[in-house]
Amino acid sequence: MSHPDRPLSPHLQIYKWQLNMLLSILHRATGTSLGIGTLGLVWWAWAVSSGPEAYRTFQSAASHPVGQIILFGFSYALVFHSLNGIRHLFWDLGMGFEKKTVTRSGRAVLILSAVLTIGLWLAGYQLAGRISLF
Amino acid sequence: MTTALGKIKGMGSAKSGTSHWWMQQVTALALVPLVVWFLVSMVALIDADHATMVAWIKNPFVGVLLSVFMVMLFYHLMLGVQVVIEDYVHNELLKMSSLILLKFSIALVGLSGLFFILRITLGS
Repeated sequence: MSHPDRPLSPHLQIYKWQLNMLLSILHRATGTSLGIGTLGLVWWAWAVSSGPEAYRTFQSAASHPVGQIILFGFSYALVFHSLNGIRHLFWDLGMGFEKKTVTRSGRAVLILSAVLTIGLWLAGYQLAGRISLF
Repeated sequence: MTTALGKIKGMGSAKSGTSHWWMQQVTALALVPLVVWFLVSMVALIDADHATMVAWIKNPFVGVLLSVFMVMLFYHLMLGVQVVIEDYVHNELLKMSSLILLKFSIALVGLSGLFFILRITLGS
């Protein structure tokens, strides 16, 4: 493209930040990072298929505090990307396009993804006996 | 519909204009229940030892779902990565080579994942 004199359309930093912008960017960011995270998924499958020793190595990495933080991040990304993806599927059916609905579903995705992710981890830690909620 | 210029340049509809988008949605739809199942299973299997994990995957139901999960996940990833590259990489040569490199890598990783699941399922 060699038309340097033409006016440029306003770029990202021009716009006032709003919820749907954030969610759109997050959808792409979580999708991309989940793509990298699939390496962890395949490592898990490889480790299980290779035998107890490889699996133990995987487990000790996954249960290490750093591993747990990374896994928490990936689990949040997966929950967020799934919930926001459902939002996209409804849009593709032509539903939920009203300005109010879009904002409301966006807020719901943001809150639900945090609640569900934390819920999953609390359930897991409870099961493993690392915490005792009740 | 093809414009006269489009006709001369050989551009225009290749009769598959919506298939990329459509498959992105279809794989997404399949992935929603699979992701729920996978996350709940992983929580239930927290701290599972090797024998427990193998026994779980050897269940035919689990083996099939994990295989479908792998296929849908990596297909969806491949389509998603393509859109990201096409949006941000404008140099034609760089775009084409990064698309090929990334798609090859995703196919390699995805098929490996599927292979390992089958290796567990079919292993003794």
